[in-house]
Order: sequence, then C-alpha cells, then structure tokens
Amino acid sequence: MNTPKRITIFVGYYGSGKTEIAVNYALALREQGKKVVVIDFDIVNPYFRTKDAEALLTEHGIRLIAPMFANSNLENPGIPPEIYSVFTDKDAYVIFDVGGGEDGAIPLGRYHSYFEKEACDVFFVLNERRMITGDLEGALDAFSEIAAVTRVPITGIINNTHLKEDTTPEVILKGQELAEQLAEEINLPVVYLTGTEENLKKLPKEYEALAFPIHTYINLVF
Amino acid sequence: MEKKVLMKGNEALAEAAMRSGCRHFFGYPITPQTELAAYMAKQMPKRGGTFLQAESEVAAINMVYGAAGAGARVMTSSSSPGISLKQEGISYIAGADLPCVIINIVRGGPGLGGIQPAQSDYFQATKGGGHGDYRLLVYAPSSVQEMADLVGVAFDKADTYRMPAMIMGDGMLGQMMEPVSFKEPIAPEDLPQKEWATCGTGMKRKKNIINSLYLTPDELEELNDARLKRYETILKDEVLFEEYQTEDAELIFVAYGTIARIVMSSVNTLREQGIKAGLIRPITLWPFPSEIINQRADSAKMFLTVEMSQGQMVEDVRLAVNGKKPVYFYGRNGGMVPEQEAIVEEAKKYLQK
Repeated sequence: MNTPKRITIFVGYYGSGKTEIAVNYALALREQGKKVVVIDFDIVNPYFRTKDAEALLTEHGIRLIAPMFANSNLENPGIPPEIYSVFTDKDAYVIFDVGGGEDGAIPLGRYHSYFEKEACDVFFVLNERRMITGDLEGALDAFSEIAAVTRVPITGIINNTHLKEDTTPEVILKGQELAEQLAEEINLPVVYLTGTEENLKKLPKEYEALAFPIHTYINLVF
Repeated sequence: MEKKVLMKGNEALAEAAMRSGCRHFFGYPITPQTELAAYMAKQMPKRGGTFLQAESEVAAINMVYGAAGAGARVMTSSSSPGISLKQEGISYIAGADLPCVIINIVRGGPGLGGIQPAQSDYFQATKGGGHGDYRLLVYAPSSVQEMADLVGVAFDKADTYRMPAMIMGDGMLGQMMEPVSFKEPIAPEDLPQKEWATCGTGMKRKKNIINSLYLTPDELEELNDARLKRYETILKDEVLFEEYQTEDAELIFVAYGTIARIVMSSVNTLREQGIKAGLIRPITLWPFPSEIINQRADSAKMFLTVEMSQGQMVEDVRLAVNGKKPVYFYGRNGGMVPEQEAIVEEAKKYLQK
C-alpha cells in the first residue's frame, strides 16, 4: 500500500469493483493498526453494497456508516447524517464507497467544503472487462462524467480489471494497458492494480509496487 | 464470439437486445430491473435507436404495441408490479398477433411486495396474466450468459410465431455480475421483412391492419383457433430444458432460474453422500418440458420442486408426472432464497419416508 490519505474515496462506473476494493482497503488499513470508518455511500443501487460486509467489518473493529434502511425493504436513498462525524474525528481513516457512475457520485458534492480542507485520495476504479469501459473512449466518458460531479478532484486510477473466477494475469495486464492509456490522457497516475494474490504473483516484477491483493467478501448464495 | 466481458444480468439483457436488432425500448424504472433501462438510455441513442421512459408501465407497453405493429424489434422491461400493470397491453399484443420481448425481473409479491428476488410470477407468465385465450413464450435463464443468449432466441421465436415472448429472471439474476460473451450484432435492416407490418404501403400493396377487436364471434373463434394451432407447434418444437444427473436418479428436483443453480449444488452434496439425486431445469416455462418429466417419472422414485414462491410451477410438474410418482414441494417466498443445506435436508426427509 502507498501512504494513504486520511480520506479515501472510491468512484467508478457501475460494477467496477468499488465495494470489494473499499472493504479490502479498510481491512488493510485496519491491519496497520489504524482506526477505520467505512461509509456505504451508495444511494443508487440497493444490492451488493458495503452494508453486506457489515459483520466482517464489525468483527475487525471497523465502523460502518450506512443509509439507515439499507438492506431492508424500506430502502430509501437517504444519506445518513452521521457522516459529518468523520470530518471532526481526525484520528479516523475514512473510506467512502460511492455508488456507480455519475449518479452515484453526485451526492459527494455536498461535502466539498470538507474535502477542500484536507488532501483526499480519490480513486477512479476501472475494469477493462466491463463492456462500457472496455476501451479508451468508454473509460474516458465514464471518467469525465464522474469527474464533472464529484466536486473533489480525482487523484488516481485503480486498475481493477477482472472476470471473476475467469481472471488470468493476461486479463489483468490487458486492463493495465487501458488504465495506463487513460492515465496518460487525463494526466493522473495508476495507483494500484488489483487481483487475487495468486494472479498478482504471476505478474512481471515491474508491477509489484502497484499490486493490491483482493479477497472476495461479497458473495452469492451458490 | 467477442471478448468476454463482465456484466450484470440486467445490462446483458439490454446489450443482447440491441445486438439482436432491437432499436426501440419503452420502459419505466423499477427495482430490481432499472439497470436495464439505464443501459438502454445511454446506449440506444449511440446506436441510432429510441429509448423512451414512458409516463407509466401502461403507456410503455402500448408503445411496444405500436412499434411491434410497425414491424420493429421492440422490448420493454419491468419487475412484478410493473408487469401486472402491463397485462392489458400484453393481451392486446397477443390478440393482434404481434412479436415483442418483455422482460420481468421478478421481485417478491403480491402488491408492491419487496425488492428481493422471487419466482412468484410463474402463474402470471405462463397461465395468462391478461384476459383471453393466449400464451407467451416464457424463457427462464439461470445465468448471465444464458440471459444474453435467450434474448436473441426470444426475438427470433417471437417473430416466427408472431407472439410476445417473455424472459423471466429474478432480482438476483438481474443484479449479479458474471463473465459473458455476445454474438456478433445483427443490424435491424438485415432482419427478415415482416409482410404484415404497418410500415407504409408505398402505394405498392394493400394496407395492413393491426387489430385485436373482432365483434363477429365466428371470425374471432377462427382467429383464436389459428393461434392455437401455432401454440401446438410450439409445444412440439420449442421446449428447452437442461438435465443434470437424472439417468439413475431416485429423486429428481425440478427448478428453474437462480434456484436451479442452488439445487445443482444440492444435487452434488447429495451425490457425495451416496444419494442419487438429479435435476431437470426447465429453460422454457411455456412451453413446459412435460414430456421429459413424464419420461423420467418411470425411473425416478419421486420429484421435489424447489421455487422462490409458495408453489406455482409444482402444479405443472404434477400435471407432467400425471400421478406416476409423488411430487413434493419446497419453497421460500417474499424475497427469501432457499438455502442449499435446507434443500438437501428437505430431499432427505422425503427419501426417508
């Protein structure tokens, strides 16, 4: 892991892998002995969200802030007022797991006055195997649409290219090409490249510094 | 086949529709199918098509009626309460012999119900839904890949038989992501011409009429009976199903969609314990794979139907088995999903009887 800022925000296209990364990132920070708060900031889609990993996070002593009725039939797109507490508790490392696309990113705007006061890591998560972000044009579109509404500048790209269990090192490297093309186009660094530990081990040495291993925590029932 | 991509079920349905030459989509958002409409909203204009969010589900299905009458490949999608609203339009489309594809990403009911996955719209999909003697072709995929594949099949068969086709998924299939590959796209202009469509005579032919109102009873009966003939062909030719370890099975599960995947794991668990279990997975819910079920009833000792409902498809399984062997049922509903272990226990309970 690079030296993390106190606030980390994950944005990206729908299904790019923000939640899995957020959960893994939180656990990694916790492992370093940090006080960690995760915010389930998805008010667009009620499925596959950080709230699903609540038990795991709690077990590791990580605080989860989620919409009040998340995972109930009363699901409503309300942003919990508790979020403001993370801007006063400066000891805590905070992770915003933002909803998909520009619709998901819009509500970040209301906190811009807080984000302006301290440097934040804002990472754009990219999966080259998601059809819409599968080429430079699509990735640029998705990036621009999100960057236009966050009101906090995006600071880096995460290559989260995978095909679930069909992922191979080649798949990850193909995604890395696109992430690097995008990085050049928008003048931002690729900060991480993700994968299972097994796949990451098989990558060429030059990627070692970027590698961020992922465990899948949000699972299906079969 | 192009490169494999990772898609949500809802997105795969939308992408597959456009690749099947669909350039008209009319819908109204509802959880858990909204990604389909959202995907269409972004992609249709880029591919020269029409996405329209109607003022209601009723409006959307009537727009489908219009576009289908003009010969276009057209789709609408919704989830349970929205599909209920569409029923009048669906009956009209069936009555006017028009092809279209309707997606139902089923959620718990009745009423507004919930937003979690369910299979409680089986009766509605396969036994009518709207008024009158009519059928829908009903496809029940169990993976994102199959969702993508069946969209093309649904459009083709709807055109062949001039009738609406439905793809019935559930909230879980709609929301989950899996690797999928798509067939090469077909351009709308490369699709077979529809001689009956109301797309302008060009002063070269007699006008076509799209209608479902026939006030002379003998004329209406004649049309209905002609439709019945087509349904008989479908029952004979269009049944799709998958069998898993049924040859020597003592207990055969019948399950479709998401649940079939959980049941498949249960079959494996039972087999590991030395219990001969198998699975018949209907892929078409109408026409229902009655023949294979009846055939397997000669060798199996019993059937266990598993559904995310209070027991709907089980009635068709019983009709298919026709009293040869007992047919049991296990289900959860309201958005609850039967668990693999619970299914195994249920099977053992009946085997020990």
